[in-house]
Amino acid sequence: MDTLENLYRQIIMDHYKNPRHKGLVDDPLYVTKHIKNPSCGDDITIQSLVREDIVEDVRHDGRGCSICCSSASVLASLMIGKTEHEAMTLTENYLNMITGKPFDQARDLEDALAYQGVTKFPARMKCATIAWQAFGATLNKKAGETDEQ
Amino acid sequence: MDFTALRKQFPVYAYEDIVYLDTAASSLTPQAVIDGMNEYYTRFPVNVHRGVYRLSYQATEAYTAARETVAKFIKASFEEIIFTRGASSALNLVAFSYGLSVLKPGDEIILSALEHHSNLLPWQAVAKQTGAVLKFVPLDPSGRITAEAFASTLSKKTRIVALTYVSNVMGYITPLKPIIALAHEQGAVVVVDAAQAAPHHAINVKELDCDFLAFSGHKMCGPTGIGVLYGKAHLLKAMPPIEYGGDMNDHVTLHDAVYKDPPYRFETGTPPIAEALGLASAIRFLQDIGLDAIAEHARHLREKALAGIEAISGITVYNPTTETGIITFNLDDVHPHDAVTYFDADGIALRAGHHCAQTVMQWLQVDATLRASFYLYNTDDDVKRFLDTLRRARTFFTEAGF
Ligand SMILES: Cc1ncc(COP(=O)(O)O)c(C=O)c1O
Repeated sequence: MDTLENLYRQIIMDHYKNPRHKGLVDDPLYVTKHIKNPSCGDDITIQSLVREDIVEDVRHDGRGCSICCSSASVLASLMIGKTEHEAMTLTENYLNMITGKPFDQARDLEDALAYQGVTKFPARMKCATIAWQAFGATLNKKAGETDEQ
Repeated sequence: MDFTALRKQFPVYAYEDIVYLDTAASSLTPQAVIDGMNEYYTRFPVNVHRGVYRLSYQATEAYTAARETVAKFIKASFEEIIFTRGASSALNLVAFSYGLSVLKPGDEIILSALEHHSNLLPWQAVAKQTGAVLKFVPLDPSGRITAEAFASTLSKKTRIVALTYVSNVMGYITPLKPIIALAHEQGAVVVVDAAQAAPHHAINVKELDCDFLAFSGHKMCGPTGIGVLYGKAHLLKAMPPIEYGGDMNDHVTLHDAVYKDPPYRFETGTPPIAEALGLASAIRFLQDIGLDAIAEHARHLREKALAGIEAISGITVYNPTTETGIITFNLDDVHPHDAVTYFDADGIALRAGHHCAQTVMQWLQVDATLRASFYLYNTDDDVKRFLDTLRRARTFFTEAGF
């Protein structure tokens, strides 16, 4: 069960048990995106606050499996402090990594690299990408916009 | 019956070393059903009812014979069997044809929280369009529909009762006979969702006295893309079609058309011919084994699995008293999607999620569950492998810190 141990890495379990930046804020400066995966019930909301091109804050909340919930926490920890452009590139990079496409190894995904194990479990790709897709969507929207999906 | 030997008739086992425990979603396909469909595509792969030539006649004969096989299977008459895409479209047909034409504002439709979305959403939609009101039979503490609870929900305003025969999550068998008798006393019509019952039960619609009954081919060793709506002849005769087009009419002019009698009135367009033949093959396949023997085998495996689960701590079973082959459970504090990956890595196919029955999840107060469903091709060895993996999974997730 090597690959399974690889899937449930310590970093992932740590973020699952002790999520960082969890809980949504009621602030019109944040952009909010909610994504629900109806087939499995994963349900994630991501908020981002971008000011002067810097991702100042990322918040998340939701319900789902360990891969889904922990990835939101890892995402928030990674993105805070990055420029919007860097955040966008990292998001693309991560999504490429999970879906088995070539990705730029030079850009440091830090803890998010732990999710590489997911490529061995195609049925779980959705779990690992839903928070990142929601985050990517917040970058493409204006402050105060909320989206239900 | 040697169930282990039966496995040889399921080609997928020659390719996959799999413990398949997701029959409640879809069953595996035996060679006989593949052959039944291939016969159409190899011998008379042409349209039915239309061509006035020998091959089309042969295809039509085979398609007609398939409907006869289905009719006999549930003790109905030929004209009471409508082929649909599956149980979902069969239930939609009753709701949008019968339901829309009889329901008036304030009329009541009785359902339960155990319904599959396919026996809930059509009624929600029809209720919104007609002003009818949905009522739900309160479930007993184990999550069952009882005749007593049904009687307390029934009223003079009840026009339609639509209930599952066997719950796809809890596996419970609904006591339909007393429920149908009570409903008929009030003049209500009863729709039965038999998607989970048909694979395991000899169904006799005359004895049951239900007014409509729906099931799918793909849960009973048949192909996907075919299902059945049974309706009492006098009800079907009075119902309008919900789809219009070729084959369902007798006479067409610029501004009007005369529709055919049932079942053809409800089957416009080229039907799923190979699938109908495959469904008939599946019925013969099940009847050769014997539905009682199949149900007994599934119960035996479920009991064995349940006894094994109960010996492991940290697992919650939501339906320990079920009478069919379905076990719904969770590893405590482990999301079912995390758990199911462990099983998947061991070649064990379980279902994880809400099983298209979110109202059951709400009743159980969980987001999602695991579900193992046993059928005729499962063996004692499958149960053993399932339990071995379950034990290791429990240890793995505890050690991983869940
Ligand atoms: C109880 C029940 N009703 C209806 C359905 C719908 O069947 P289908 O998806 O074949 O239309 C299912 C299958 O998932 C079921 O289990």
